Amino acid sequence: MDSISPFSLIQWTVFIPLIGLGINLFFGKMLGEKVSGWLASLAAGLSFALSAWIAVTLAADPTPLIVTLANWFTIGSLQVQWAFRIDTLSVLMMLVVTGVGTIIHVYSIGYMHEDVRHNGDPGRYSRFFVDLNLFIAAMLVLVTANNYLMLFVGWEGVGLCSYLLIGFWYEKGAEGIGNAKAAKKAFLVNRIGDFGMLIALFLLFGAFGSLDFDTIFGQASQVSQTMVLAITLFMLLAVAGKSAQLPLYVWLPDAMAGPTPVSALIHAATMVTAGVYLIARTQPLFVAAPLAGQVTAWLGALTALFAATIAVGQSDIKKVLAYSTISQLGYMIAAVGMGAVVAGMFHLATHAFFKALLFLGAGSVILGMERGHETGHAEGHEDNFDPQDMRNMGGLFRRMPVTATVYCIAALSLAGIVPLAGFYSKDEILAFANQGNFAIYVVLAVAAFLTAFYIGRQVFMVFFGSPRSEAASNTSESGSLILVPLVILAALTVLGGEINLPGSVPLEHWLAHTLAQMKTVDFSLSVAAISTLVALAGIGSAWLMYGCKPMLAPQARDPLDINLHWLFLGMQHKWWVDEIYGFLIVKSYTWSSGVLARYFDQGLIDGIVNGVGKANVWLASLWRKLQNGYVRSYALVFLTGVAAIILFIVFK
Amino acid sequence: MVPVTYYLILSAILFIIGAMGAILRRNAIVIFMSLELMFNAANLIFVAFAAYYQLLSGQIIVFFVMAISATEVAVGLALLVAIFRTKQSIDVDQVSSLKG
Repeated sequence: MDSISPFSLIQWTVFIPLIGLGINLFFGKMLGEKVSGWLASLAAGLSFALSAWIAVTLAADPTPLIVTLANWFTIGSLQVQWAFRIDTLSVLMMLVVTGVGTIIHVYSIGYMHEDVRHNGDPGRYSRFFVDLNLFIAAMLVLVTANNYLMLFVGWEGVGLCSYLLIGFWYEKGAEGIGNAKAAKKAFLVNRIGDFGMLIALFLLFGAFGSLDFDTIFGQASQVSQTMVLAITLFMLLAVAGKSAQLPLYVWLPDAMAGPTPVSALIHAATMVTAGVYLIARTQPLFVAAPLAGQVTAWLGALTALFAATIAVGQSDIKKVLAYSTISQLGYMIAAVGMGAVVAGMFHLATHAFFKALLFLGAGSVILGMERGHETGHAEGHEDNFDPQDMRNMGGLFRRMPVTATVYCIAALSLAGIVPLAGFYSKDEILAFANQGNFAIYVVLAVAAFLTAFYIGRQVFMVFFGSPRSEAASNTSESGSLILVPLVILAALTVLGGEINLPGSVPLEHWLAHTLAQMKTVDFSLSVAAISTLVALAGIGSAWLMYGCKPMLAPQARDPLDINLHWLFLGMQHKWWVDEIYGFLIVKSYTWSSGVLARYFDQGLIDGIVNGVGKANVWLASLWRKLQNGYVRSYALVFLTGVAAIILFIVFK
Repeated sequence: MVPVTYYLILSAILFIIGAMGAILRRNAIVIFMSLELMFNAANLIFVAFAAYYQLLSGQIIVFFVMAISATEVAVGLALLVAIFRTKQSIDVDQVSSLKG
């Protein structure tokens, strides 16, 4: 085993999930649910095992390595290859993606078993795993790419999987197309980001003549600064789309229409972190254009604050987590924007653990609510009941103890309570902001307070107090296929801080082999103390409002509503951003495309094409009159022709 | 000897009368008569030039033309009889259903 190097096998991390999805695609229905699900999980697990082996081998000798699989195309001076890059940064991402991915695959076996029955189409089970495996493959292409074009292939691939999985129940949702509309929205908003990425690719080729990482980063200092600034700003647009930052975050809350494992994997742990990875990878360019770093940092910080305010006012359990994801992504983007790439990647990893745990726990809660609803009511009861509404929950701690415990652990990690993983990673970002850019530090600190508040609010509303509906009082704990992944993620959440404990900073040393410029910060006791106080203050105020005197009925007014009515209204309505976008952009766009379709396409172009046909018919109707069937007129034409020929010959 | 020109002019007039007759008359038999008139006009020119140049070939051709015209009238009259059986008329304007 020691003589075989796993580096040459890296393409199998992508191919094994592809084989898995191929088998499920063609034989899924035949294989049955258990085999289908476990096969997909095995494929993801094998990818993880291979990534782990690569990581261990890389640890012994951490120089970056490029494994070229094949030449993709050579057009003129541009040569693009299918090449995998094995260095500490990509291996870190591979481990996170495949590790959390495998855990979520196993979770989905149990979750989807109940979900397809609740939604009435058991035959769709294997399709879910086809899409999940495709996602793992595409994400791995993204993180192991050695050039920007291959990265973009993975970028588009994960966007496709996001669309497929959000719209998994395509005939359900509001008015029968709600889920399909959410999937379409995600795809379209991401497309705006992809436009930015494409422009950045064009500019990269124009400035550097190549799309390979090494070529570009080697020449970063020789290209004009405005060009580098333009490239990085367009990449920032792409990141804003994929990682749901202002102003392109609007697709992520709607993406909660997909099944919960999808929300956990794609829209919390992995796909949305692709933007953070892109900035981390492109760090040499961001260093060469410091203004871009500033813009990125502010964008991330403002998004963190904005999304946190919205999360406070939401009543759907998954929407709170969605806005929380946007907010935490803001932290990561702010970190890499400021140059603290290690802190950003650290938070990426810990966030993957606790956010996936939060989502999977929410999935367990939702399943429990659905179970409770179905046992309480006979079949055919009108379904106005929303199992995801927190106002219908309450007192679930007693009925779902394991779920509640791990959920609380994840909540504390998100709030940033020592010694959980979230504390260390968030604290590192805050310490960095404090040292570099105090204004950003203040913004992030306020966001931290709101984070602790909204997650405390959620925990108290869902698990404590007394049940506010029949479904909540009839819930039961979920099965072991669901609980075991939760427990594993909880363990990772507790121990995850070890990845980059201040003092012995293993992640810093790990990433130092890849990153050219590393900015780090020493542990600052004052910052840590302040952030712990802020977190406790947040949880404390949540307890005062929601834990002390819990709401008694689903229709009861939210305590925040009573105290801060107008602010709460804004937060609950997401500050009307979707409505503003609809009014400003969507309406005028659909109006103009309607005009173009009716008058230009149907009217003018179809008119011209049909007109040519009509003119032809009219002309033919004139010529037709020559054939009138009278022999005498034919004879006349004959005669005239002969006379003309003779005249021509005589007078030539 | 009368100059050849007179024969040519006569022949041209005969030809034109025959052509007009073939175009302007509706009765099929009259059309056949006009065709014969055109043939004879051509024959006249052949004979006139044969006499003028003292050639025999012109006169031989006239024999051929007469034989051919007889054949052609035979076939034409057979067609006319066949048409009369269906249309009960020899008006050529009535044989006009092949029109667009």
